[in-house]
Amino acid sequence: MKSLEELKKIRERALKNVDIRRSEDGSGIKLLIGMGTCGIAAGARETLNAIMEELQVQDVHDVFIVQTGCMGHCHAEPMVQIDAPGEAPIIYGHVTPDVGRQIIIKHILEGELLEDHLFTKTHHRI
Amino acid sequence: MKKYRLHLMICGGTGCQSQDSNEIIQALRSELQKKGYEDEVQVVKTGCFGFCEKGPIIKVHPDNVFYIEVKPQDAERIVAEHVIKGRIVKELLYEEPTYHEKVEHQGDMSFYKKQLRIALRNCGLINPENIEEYIAVDGYLALGKVLTEMKPKEVIELMKESGLRGRGGGGFPTGRKWELTAQNESKLKFIICNADEGDPGAFMDRSILEGDPHSVLEAMAIAGYAIGAEKGYIYIRAEYPLAIHRLNIAIEQARKYGLLGKNLFDSGFNFDIELKYGAGAFVCGEETALINSVEGGRGEPNAKPPFPAEIGLWNEPTCVNNVETFANIPPIILKGSEWFGKIGTENSKGTKVFALAGKVNNVGLVEVPMGVSLKDIIYEIGGGIRNDKKLKAVQTGGPSGGCIPADKLDIPIDYDSLKSIGSMMGSGGMIVMDEDDCMVNISKFYLEFTEEESCGKCTPCRIGNKRLHEILERITMGEGTIEDLDRLVVLGEMIKDSSLCGLGQTSPNPVLSTLEYFHEEYNQHVVHKHCPSGVCKALKKYQISEEKCVGCTACAKVCPVDCISGEPKKRHVIDPKICIKCGACFEACRFNAVVRP
Ligand SMILES: Cc1cc2nc3c(=O)[nH]c(=O)nc-3n(C[C@H](O)[C@H](O)[C@H](O)COP(=O)(O)O)c2cc1C
Ligand code: SF4
Ligand code: SF4
Ligand code: SF4
Repeated sequence: MKSLEELKKIRERALKNVDIRRSEDGSGIKLLIGMGTCGIAAGARETLNAIMEELQVQDVHDVFIVQTGCMGHCHAEPMVQIDAPGEAPIIYGHVTPDVGRQIIIKHILEGELLEDHLFTKTHHRI
Repeated sequence: MKKYRLHLMICGGTGCQSQDSNEIIQALRSELQKKGYEDEVQVVKTGCFGFCEKGPIIKVHPDNVFYIEVKPQDAERIVAEHVIKGRIVKELLYEEPTYHEKVEHQGDMSFYKKQLRIALRNCGLINPENIEEYIAVDGYLALGKVLTEMKPKEVIELMKESGLRGRGGGGFPTGRKWELTAQNESKLKFIICNADEGDPGAFMDRSILEGDPHSVLEAMAIAGYAIGAEKGYIYIRAEYPLAIHRLNIAIEQARKYGLLGKNLFDSGFNFDIELKYGAGAFVCGEETALINSVEGGRGEPNAKPPFPAEIGLWNEPTCVNNVETFANIPPIILKGSEWFGKIGTENSKGTKVFALAGKVNNVGLVEVPMGVSLKDIIYEIGGGIRNDKKLKAVQTGGPSGGCIPADKLDIPIDYDSLKSIGSMMGSGGMIVMDEDDCMVNISKFYLEFTEEESCGKCTPCRIGNKRLHEILERITMGEGTIEDLDRLVVLGEMIKDSSLCGLGQTSPNPVLSTLEYFHEEYNQHVVHKHCPSGVCKALKKYQISEEKCVGCTACAKVCPVDCISGEPKKRHVIDPKICIKCGACFEACRFNAVVRP
């Protein structure tokens, strides 16, 4: 080890593998995805994988994917709910892998809602 | 590399491994593979979560779900339910003993709520066999900062300001010890990490070494830089094979990454570490005895002064610090002395790890800020006393400490307050006792230990502790006299005053403190030949109460020596000359008619 910079570089790289273990402090955005039988049948797993991939491509580290059971609107599965700290949850329905990617690019990174895919719009805007 | 969406952290500490945590890991991996999820879910073997009694433990990230008492056969449903469908396996959740509710998240469990983890910060969070995971959580950043931005004097100054005191038992200010060692000019100096951990109830040092070995290596290098030493030794008991294994891996990885060895961070500073194995004698944890043992001599203490800071290993200035002390150092360097100084009490800064054991609902390793009350530890973190019994006393400090009675539970624990009530912080053993524990027996247990562990170098300790033990033995056999109680005090004080090392200087504490707080119980033993908690077998007298006995014959049927006589539906009687005091009749009687006065 020759310098602090060299150490910090290793740290950056290594952090990517362990960052999801730091979800406890409550600072990150939670992305819930319905993985009940209905969700899986509707393709939730493919959506989930696409979202994971996009997070990696975009190098996003403060979004934590949490699976939940059926969200109670089986007809609109796969469903994705976004919980940002201090904000009202936003729910998307019929989230195909492609829409999943758009959620990361548009919603998470640019703060833009995907109006066409909203399941329920809460009164608060992000 | 693909990013894993779920991390399953499985405890790989000594406690959980002995309960099949390795098999659980294998079962999970093969189950994930079978279902085609091995690329989405990472299975990580970590260090101890502290909740050992409920192990093996699995923590799931990022949902923070905490499973307890997992068995290899549970792997299937964890994968089928939690991994695939996102459904929590309720049966594996922890249930709060006080209000009988299942808890999902670690942070919501009463066991963890009042804890503050500094020394144990990475235990359960990282894979201890992977240096990059340690680096990811700011590992070796403190060493880098020290070597590139600070002078040795500044490091010592920072440590002094932080107020950190040694966690090995003595509570000596760490910065001051470094300063004393740094002041002694010499080409050769040494850092020693004391991992002897001889207190029979303590296992925090083992858990740190198993769960976060790099934090100790990093801190030793920082200490080496501060005092001017290029060589460190870790003195560890050979009975800790897993800790030794993890340390060896960690040292090798650190060397490979250039974090141990020559010219670290291009600063010109060299530092390397070697392990030395101890045979596990309690006295070898005393620093001068430890140094003798590292040199290959007998593990016997020397008189102090001279202190190791002047004349230590191979007669060179040596700084001996405890494992937990070291584990606190990197965060202090990174976050500053002010941050650390805000935690704890006036003269005891930071946190302390305790091995909570005995009659509490939740036993395990707990790390709390200094100044927390015993009551909080026992009733909040510990979840109260088992089976709703009454708390009688708390033993802290192991064989060097004392028993604290129930009416003193409100005191904030730190080095000084514990001392003021006749106990000690010691290395952090904490044993909770209830009404079924006999205080005379407890002190006898500790004296048995010290008598066995005394190195025999000085008379007061070698002979004195033997006599103390004999007197206690006499009392528990019903042969003690009221004069014996005075003898215990006189002899105990004498041993404390005249012994050479800390072992003898503290060994009478368990007796003296129980004599002070539980005098009546001793009196009952010597005057009335009665053991109120019914532990001392020789003092038990089983009798059948005339009023309560209905003559159901249940007792007579279970008595192994047939010493209970009586006709059915008539009062039964025990023949005390034949009775072997086994207690079977006491358990068998459903009318509370058998009494042991
Ligand atoms: C009988 C006896 C046993 C001891 N055992 C240990 C031990 O197991 N681990 C330990 O760190 N310190 C032990 N100590 C304290 C050490 O002598 C020494 O004070 C300590 O390692 C210094 O480190 P610290 O300042 O970081 O606490 C023991 C002391 C005595 C008298
Ligand atoms: S006090 Fe006991 S252990 Fe310490 S040197 Fe004397 S005999 Fe040995
Ligand atoms: S079991 Fe109890 S009630 Fe029955 S005979 Fe024995 S002492 Fe009496
Ligand atoms: S204590 Fe045991 S030996 Fe004595 S009377 Fe009861 S059953 Fe019999």
